[in-house]
Amino acid sequence: MFEAPSDAPPNGLFRPVVDQTRQRSRPATLALRALLPAAIFGLWWGLTGTGVIPGTELASPSATWSAFVTLLLHQDLLGDVGISARRAAFGLLIGGGVGLILGVIVGLFALGEEIFDSSLQMFRTLPFPALIFLFIVWFGIGEKAKVLLIALACLTPMYLNVSNGVRNVDRRVVEAARTFGLRGWGLVRKVILPLALPSILNGLRFAAGISIVALVFAETIAANLGIGYLVTQASSLLQVPTLVVCIIIYALLGLTADVLVRILERFSMPWRRHLAVR
Amino acid sequence: MTGTLVDAPAVVVRGVTKTFGTHDVLSDLDLTVGRGEFVALLGASGSGKTTLLRILLGLEGTTRGDVFVPEVRTTVFQEPRLVVSMKVWRNVVIGQPRQLSTRERAVAALREVGLEGHADAWPGTLSGGEAQRVALARALVREPQLLLLDEPFAALDALTRLKMQALVADLWARHKPGVLLVTHDVEEAVLLADRVFVLKEGRISLNIAVNLPRPRRVGGEEFDALRDRFLSELGVQQPH
Repeated sequence: MFEAPSDAPPNGLFRPVVDQTRQRSRPATLALRALLPAAIFGLWWGLTGTGVIPGTELASPSATWSAFVTLLLHQDLLGDVGISARRAAFGLLIGGGVGLILGVIVGLFALGEEIFDSSLQMFRTLPFPALIFLFIVWFGIGEKAKVLLIALACLTPMYLNVSNGVRNVDRRVVEAARTFGLRGWGLVRKVILPLALPSILNGLRFAAGISIVALVFAETIAANLGIGYLVTQASSLLQVPTLVVCIIIYALLGLTADVLVRILERFSMPWRRHLAVR
Repeated sequence: MTGTLVDAPAVVVRGVTKTFGTHDVLSDLDLTVGRGEFVALLGASGSGKTTLLRILLGLEGTTRGDVFVPEVRTTVFQEPRLVVSMKVWRNVVIGQPRQLSTRERAVAALREVGLEGHADAWPGTLSGGEAQRVALARALVREPQLLLLDEPFAALDALTRLKMQALVADLWARHKPGVLLVTHDVEEAVLLADRVFVLKEGRISLNIAVNLPRPRRVGGEEFDALRDRFLSELGVQQPH
């Protein structure tokens, strides 16, 4: 019988089109991630360096850099960053912790939901900046007011995600664990919390982001230390380069918080690595 | 091999090797399925059956070798894999061009699997067997030249499985697509297939035509002889 050349497709047949997601090399991935930030930086440099935007409206990268160096050497910038980061971290810890506990209670018990949920949902829609003045009246202008404001802002995103996550834990698995004798705190710790972890970490990620926003508000109102203090000072003196430095630092704090939570996400759930799409 | 199979095949696999890490899941595999032919591919767990099916679907590439399939090919997976947020009939015509995704076509396909009354149900309300029949309707509505079945009955209860096997035999006889059924159920293979391949260590180790008259039923001297032959090839010895 006549043999067709072995690489020719037989009558009416095709090679299947493989839609593989190509594995990009690590340098390529990093380059892609850096693309947009680099473009924004280039645009900033181009517009301010050529004078299209005057330095009194937006500082150029070089002016920003020298303001940064001055702050670093003569004004204890690192100390200020440390103070601000600590405020955000404490606020996140307190607010996130309370949100976690309330979320678990509401997610687990109908009674908890009936007692807390409507109030927390109402609470959630309060714009926290509106509470700053009340907090100052109640707690003074010290650290307490700031940390509590940040905690308040972090509470609701954590609460919403955790309660939802706990509620959606596979009831059949919980039922099985119960029949094998796991109850109470053991059940929560060994089964419910791990299975709700994706939602919990999602809540943590939101809360971490919000903590920086709340930090900005809290510090801008009444502070004599921290980044917010620098912002207030620079605003009254019209020091645009210093303002830009502060804004970048806030952005970097937010980014750091996000990266930390993502690292946590990657390492705290080894069982999910093969389940997620990516 | 007969001339018709070579002239009008539905699947041609030539010298396919698929390597994961250092392990050859498929090694230099050759296989042909004729148009309208029902072929069963038997193999133990991890023998590479599903990998071959995924290659034919274009879900994975080959490390070496060539694979040829017809333009219209569809599949039924081991689980129904319905989109729970779509009504049953919309699941059936999912991904079809707009003028073809009509309710009429979906209902016609559902009628073939005996589910026309469930067109407006949500997938979550169906039983396992019903959901799998919807998946079958979804595959049939495309009028495939090749139907790839990846252990489609494995997750069903024994009674539902028998009904599903009969349904598939019936639908195949009516539409005559080329079928490649991947399974580890030897009786199922003998019951349904024109030809049975046994896949072992990444190659076809046995290729036997099943010439029993249709419609078939489990049992009988010839049936049992074939079943025992395949079982022993798969490493399962039957008492005599």
